[in-house]
Amino acid sequence: MSIEAHSLYKKFGAYTALDGVDLNVPQGKLVAVLGPSGSGKTTLLRIIAGLEFADPGSGRVLFHGDDVTDLPAGKRRVGFVFQHYALFRHMSVFENVAFGLRVRRRRDRPSREAIAERAHRLLELVQLDGLAGRFPSQLSGGERQRVALARALAVEPKVLLLDEPFGALDARVRKDLRRWLRRFHDEIQLTTIFVTHDQEEALEIADEVVIMNKAHVEQVGTPQQVYDRPASPFVYQFLGNVNVLRAPALAGARRRGGPAEDPNTEGQIYVRPHDIEVSPHDAGGSGLSAIVRHIHAAGPHARLLLEQVQTREQVEVEISRSELADLDLGVNDLVRLRLRQSHSFDEDYAI
Amino acid sequence: MASAIATALPARPGHAPTPRANRDPAWARWLLTAVALAFLAFFLVLPIVVVFAQAFAKGGAYFLAAVREPDALAAIRLTLLTVAIVVPANVVFGVAAAWAISKFKFTGKSLLTTLIDLPFAVSPVIAGLIYVLIFGAQGWFGPWLIAHNIRVIFAVPGIVLATTFVTFPFVARELIPLMQAQGTDEEYSAVTLGASGWQTFWRVTLPNIRWGLFYGVILCNARAMGEFGAVSVVSGHIRGETNTMPLHVEILYNEYNIAGAFAVASLLALLALATLVVKSAVEWRQTGSA
Amino acid sequence: MSPTALPPRRGTYPPSFRTMSSARSSRSILPGFGLSLGFTLAYLGLIVLVPLSAAFLKTAGMGLHEFAAVVASPRVVAAYKLSFGASLAAGFVNMVFGLVVAWVLVRYPFPGRKLVDALVDLPFALPTAVAGIALTSLYSSNGWVGRWLAPLGIRVAFTWTGVFVALTFIGLPFVVRTVQPVLQELEPDIEEASSTLGANRLQTIVRILIPQLMPSLLTGFALAFARALGEYGSVVFISGNMPMRTEIVPLLIITKLEQYDYRGATAIAVVMLVSSFVLLLLINLLQKWSRRYHAI
Repeated sequence: MSIEAHSLYKKFGAYTALDGVDLNVPQGKLVAVLGPSGSGKTTLLRIIAGLEFADPGSGRVLFHGDDVTDLPAGKRRVGFVFQHYALFRHMSVFENVAFGLRVRRRRDRPSREAIAERAHRLLELVQLDGLAGRFPSQLSGGERQRVALARALAVEPKVLLLDEPFGALDARVRKDLRRWLRRFHDEIQLTTIFVTHDQEEALEIADEVVIMNKAHVEQVGTPQQVYDRPASPFVYQFLGNVNVLRAPALAGARRRGGPAEDPNTEGQIYVRPHDIEVSPHDAGGSGLSAIVRHIHAAGPHARLLLEQVQTREQVEVEISRSELADLDLGVNDLVRLRLRQSHSFDEDYAI
Repeated sequence: MASAIATALPARPGHAPTPRANRDPAWARWLLTAVALAFLAFFLVLPIVVVFAQAFAKGGAYFLAAVREPDALAAIRLTLLTVAIVVPANVVFGVAAAWAISKFKFTGKSLLTTLIDLPFAVSPVIAGLIYVLIFGAQGWFGPWLIAHNIRVIFAVPGIVLATTFVTFPFVARELIPLMQAQGTDEEYSAVTLGASGWQTFWRVTLPNIRWGLFYGVILCNARAMGEFGAVSVVSGHIRGETNTMPLHVEILYNEYNIAGAFAVASLLALLALATLVVKSAVEWRQTGSA
Repeated sequence: MSPTALPPRRGTYPPSFRTMSSARSSRSILPGFGLSLGFTLAYLGLIVLVPLSAAFLKTAGMGLHEFAAVVASPRVVAAYKLSFGASLAAGFVNMVFGLVVAWVLVRYPFPGRKLVDALVDLPFALPTAVAGIALTSLYSSNGWVGRWLAPLGIRVAFTWTGVFVALTFIGLPFVVRTVQPVLQELEPDIEEASSTLGANRLQTIVRILIPQLMPSLLTGFALAFARALGEYGSVVFISGNMPMRTEIVPLLIITKLEQYDYRGATAIAVVMLVSSFVLLLLINLLQKWSRRYHAI
């Protein structure tokens, strides 16, 4: 089931949460909505779920082409997993999972046995069948998360929506669980949107990433697309480290014949630390002169902090440790920098 | 100009909007609000209004005469005397109990906490009765007291004791949870910086608990001034001697001096209203500074 | 307070969450433990425990037959029935309306809400004798409320209903004040979760909200009930104090005392004390139960 949203607007008093947002999630995909807090991503998810309604007169929400804009949450067949799980603490794990089926109208309600069977099957699916009789307070964070998922799936939702699904977990559990979610999604093939502020999480498991900032969608694309070809300075800065350099300084720094050759010497150039090549200064005339100020060699890569000779700008460079060994660098050495790939967002520069 | 990660984030909106899913239909909101307000109007507003209406039913002059009459003044004096003894005693106890319970670890702490609450579970009449059993003419110490010409029951000491019993938990109850929540870190710091025990208490602990303590004192004071059942048992109802304000109200009322009874009662009602104002102010202050 | 057993060491420092690691020393460096605990125990003993034990010792000297004869006499039984019955009824009414009041105060903002919120504590602050004469004046046949009820054949003052009205008044804050904080802390997302799972508003209230509020509702009920059971001042004026009909237990105790029947008074009191202690125990258990819910 595909999900579409067209030109959604939402204001809370003076605060604008969504300012004309469009979204298109194809059937069966796992899509991440990524953005800093306050960017409107959770509001978007809640409007899709029917927990919140877009401002009157604005926008539509379509599930598989059907307009659900005015349907309340309970009638949309969405599975929603809350950031803090929102488990019913007076009910056992089993009762939590069965809840959605038990509150159905009599003619739609499965038999007691069918409900029990379905609940147990779901608990098996999320690998918690042994804990059916426990109460939420007796579970770990990761287990609660999976109960919340099983509970959402019990009502046979057409789409699955997760609000910061790993936000409340500690780092290790978080990593395990997000990989598990990816495999789980591949198994059940349910159209899924999850909201996160963690770029690593979004880039690792999503088929497609929707990046939001200040009530707008900044960019939509596969993780590789958004990382390699960011559509805006915001996306560049939000997804990983970036150097922002004044363009004139780079007039002679580009590799000859490189794809990013740009006659425009005004404005700013965005370049990722690992897209900068370092060579000894005496190697040739082209490139940018810089002085090594600091070397961090701990970790998988070496990070160099350099100061440009011409402009005194700070530049961060990431190179492999073997490269560092080959260069045999020390603090205050003079080197030459070349940009393998860079980007400019000046108005007349089209992507 | 250095490498940058995510820039400054926009601030979250200050208010949480009520989501639609949790919002009840307008008719339900109106109906429930109306039911709640009607219930409170009937049970809270009417009684307090009727007190003042009756107090001034015969005019201001009658009101003044009723509260200035010698027996009324004697009752007011006795009530103030009782409060002046009971409240400080219970404050000292409350602070000591809260200090022991919140700053140290010992066996039976939860039993002790329950026992401190015990007087709340005891009928005020029984609170009076137990002192009669001990100090009354037929009580444990009755013969000895009579022999030495000491009066406890049907005299001021009995009134003070019974009032102490019924107001016993107020201060401790306010302080124990407050001091437990505050922990011991600050006291530890003070002691490691060289402060003595008393210095630590006066300069570190007391400033931290002063609002809770003040609130406890206010509640203790209100109950002490208004206590009726326990005092009724031990007082003996001697006009001008062992009548506290509530007992004086009862006597006037039973003598069908309705306006006089309500005049004295209105003073106690004012005390209650003042207590509510102080309580709200303290709560407002606490949530404001938290 | 903590339900876990404490090790039998004196004067040690309680491990709070923040200082778990620094709680290694077995002796507290804070002074005053002996003094404060000693004073607490002495004061508690002299003011509360010794006098209360006097009531039990007095009845212990009575013998079972005499005790049974007192507490099973028709007038005493009638008073117990009235006190327990009217207290239960008042507690129940307060449970229902207290929930509504707490709900409205927490969920529906309206002008003057702070004032109403402050007013809820009035029965705690108003001396009981004042409440008693005020209620009697309102509900007597020529009172502000009574005069409208009299033509309908409803008499409140000097009847069972009067006792019930007074006990409702004094128990009113308990349920509101126990439910209110729980309702405030209830996260909105459990209600949203319920609605995304297809439950309608009524199902959400009945299956999700009420069960989560139940421990605090029952605690409030028990507190109101316990208070009503021992209440004297607000009831004696409105009840009319007719033996067998509107005579509450605390009044009967006073009556016996005035007749110098100390043994009778004490026997009746002991039954009340035991009931109160059982209630106190129940309330403590209820609070432990509600803490389990809030362990998340």
